[in-house]
Amino acid sequence: MYPITTAHYIALSAALLLIGTVGVLTRRNIVIILMSIELILNAVNINLVAFSQALHNLDGQVFAIFVITDAVAEAAVGLGILIALFRNKETVLADEVDLLKW
Amino acid sequence: MNFNFLDLIWLIPLFPLCGAVLMLLFGRLLDPQPPSTVALAAGVEHTHDEHTHDEHEHHHHGHPHSHSHEHATGHDHDHDHDHHHHGSPLKVLISLLCPGMVLISFLLSAGAVLQLSSQPGKVKEVIQFTWLAGLRFHLMNGHLATLPFSADWGFLLDPLSAVMILVVTGIGFLIHVYSVGYMAHDTGYYRFFGYLNLFVFFMLMLVLANNYTLLFVGWEGVGLCSYLLIGFYFQKKSAGDAGKKAFIVNRIGDAGFIMGLLLMYSLLGTARFVEVNQKLIGHFHAETAGFGVLSAIAILFFVGATGKSAQFPLYVWLPDAMEGPTPVSALIHAATMVTAGVYMVARSSALFQLAPSASTVVAAVGAFTAILAATIALVQNDIKRVLAYSTISQLGYMFLALGVGAYWVAIFHLFTHAFFKALLFLCSGSVIHALGGEQDMRHMGDLKDKIPITHWTMWVGSVAIAGIPGFAGFFSKDEILWQAYSSPSGSKVLWIIGLVTAGLTAFYMWRLMNMTFYGKSRVKPEVAAHIHESPPSMTVPLVALAAGGVLAGWLGVPKFWTYFPDSFQTFEHWLEPAFASAAIEASRLGEHDASTEWILMAVSVAVAIIGITVARYFYHHKPHVPDTLEKSLRPLHNLLYNKYYVDEVYDFLFVNGLGKGGGRMLGAFDRNVVDGAVNGAGWLTRFSSRISMWWDTWIVDGAVRFGSFTVKLLSYPVCILQTGRVQAYALAVIVGVLLFFGYFVAGK
Repeated sequence: MYPITTAHYIALSAALLLIGTVGVLTRRNIVIILMSIELILNAVNINLVAFSQALHNLDGQVFAIFVITDAVAEAAVGLGILIALFRNKETVLADEVDLLKW
Repeated sequence: MNFNFLDLIWLIPLFPLCGAVLMLLFGRLLDPQPPSTVALAAGVEHTHDEHTHDEHEHHHHGHPHSHSHEHATGHDHDHDHDHHHHGSPLKVLISLLCPGMVLISFLLSAGAVLQLSSQPGKVKEVIQFTWLAGLRFHLMNGHLATLPFSADWGFLLDPLSAVMILVVTGIGFLIHVYSVGYMAHDTGYYRFFGYLNLFVFFMLMLVLANNYTLLFVGWEGVGLCSYLLIGFYFQKKSAGDAGKKAFIVNRIGDAGFIMGLLLMYSLLGTARFVEVNQKLIGHFHAETAGFGVLSAIAILFFVGATGKSAQFPLYVWLPDAMEGPTPVSALIHAATMVTAGVYMVARSSALFQLAPSASTVVAAVGAFTAILAATIALVQNDIKRVLAYSTISQLGYMFLALGVGAYWVAIFHLFTHAFFKALLFLCSGSVIHALGGEQDMRHMGDLKDKIPITHWTMWVGSVAIAGIPGFAGFFSKDEILWQAYSSPSGSKVLWIIGLVTAGLTAFYMWRLMNMTFYGKSRVKPEVAAHIHESPPSMTVPLVALAAGGVLAGWLGVPKFWTYFPDSFQTFEHWLEPAFASAAIEASRLGEHDASTEWILMAVSVAVAIIGITVARYFYHHKPHVPDTLEKSLRPLHNLLYNKYYVDEVYDFLFVNGLGKGGGRMLGAFDRNVVDGAVNGAGWLTRFSSRISMWWDTWIVDGAVRFGSFTVKLLSYPVCILQTGRVQAYALAVIVGVLLFFGYFVAGK
């Protein structure tokens, strides 16, 4: 049985980051985009916690808590905007909301 | 009773003013329009909608009196006794109040004059307050006057103004009483009496003023009242026009008067009669050679007098003024207002004494006017017009007397003339009243027995004006002729003109008498049935004035009638203190022997009798003679009948020529020059604005648009990037991150 090393964590983190990024760029539904953003943030969290454990420094873990809090707030605001948007435009698709251009 | 009338002379004008104010403010309440008038008129206008406007007017004024044709001629007192409506009983109040006010003034005047006669200097000045104060002005020598010019509200009672106030209030009162009867059936009764009282007020201000400025206030005031009363029947266009004519012609004279006044203020620095006379006598010499500033002032004053007193060339308004009611013609346009010019010149006697050339002009204009008006009167057919020209002629006599330096004689003639001319006018009013508004003498005749009181009083008036010995006109007219003949500034030419005028006067007055009262009746049949003598309120003043027309002259019996005591020359002695010339006249007394005077008097009486006889022969015994004469002398008759075409000439020269032609020229000037300048300025503005607009559009806007266009052009590639899709931006961010990442990795 191989021990789980930092490299494993980083690989997982990189995988999550990639999945999240691709999700943000390719999915039209804003709910999915928000979920993808959560994936990216979680990839960051894993990175932080992994390095905290490897370097025996708790700063990374504290930082991860902050990021989770931030993610919660971001999800709340994002979903709120999304509901307001749906009430006005009856859509949740990101490519149909393109008014903010020249 | 110890009552000092002399201190109360300021009250004399106040009473008529009260009457006027009461009438003009509250008169309508006392004399409301008869309600039937309004109702009828309204009804007429409703039911006769298809009528023309003229017929509306006709019905409107005609119905209440049922004599519409009389309205058309301006005399809407009807003679049908069944038809009398006196309006409100309160109207009696007006009939008592207005003549009463003048009567009070007369009594105050009489009291004051009686007390004045016992005063040594025979001058009483009452100054109440200063109404024009502190006007600084430059004297003629260029220095600023030491004392600022001021005008008092002050009254001066001296022998001259004493005569005037007695004439104004005395005859004014009689005419007020007459008007009560004459105007009884007119609408606007209160208005008439209000104006009449206002006139008396202003006339009294004129003659009682102690300075020229206040005199001028009265002068303009009587002009205003004259205008209002000439236009009393303002529904009639001719009456309104006559009022305007009188007002405008008088303004021409007044312009001269004002210039004279200002010239005099700047020469003497004062306007008070007493001070003016003192300064003139003390500091100036007579301008015997040439024409100086005193002559200029005198001539300008005389221009004012020609306007107010209807002298050539400004007499044209007076005949037209007969459009007013007859009592107005008697009071304003015969007895009082038109003599204001005579009064003013007499008041300025010291000035005219120092300006012989101006006096010569006065005498010449007076004589010319006298004979001019008398010849016109020969052929007129309107009874009032004959009397109007007669008035002009008699005023010419007065100016003749003033011009030759016989000031007291002018005032004497003014005094007697006031009696007999007021009498003649009131009699003519009575005749017109009897005939229901007929003024044309060709439709009169044989009225002698039908209206006997009117006939006899008018007979007295005619005899008086013709100059038959014993009657008032004889004394004054004869004195004028004598003065014209004998005065150093008189001449035989003036005397002959005066004499001829006297003959013409006798002729036209007897023509009037014969056409009106004697011969065959030519009265229209529908009028003939209604002829009736006037009510007592009209005949009593006639009788009183007739008595005056006989007796007034005996105050100035010729001096060479030595068998009369001195008291028969009261008039001259009374006026002696008022005129500076009195001493000069006294000095040359006895230069001519009495026989010359007897001869001249006999000649003038003979001329008067010839005039009367010829008139009686022409118009009574041989009525066809005037017609044949008229036919054989057609051009002359036309000339006289049309009043020498003076009105037409004035129309051509001034009304159409100067007035309308000048108006046209000014209009052309306006259109071409003024409007041209305005339009040119407008065109220039538009032109320059067009240039500026072109600059704006192409240069300024072009620069701005070019700038924005450049920005737009340059921004175009950037715009393409801004798609509005969030994911596109995210992609760009990620690509950017990857690029930096790759760069750093590769760079290591």
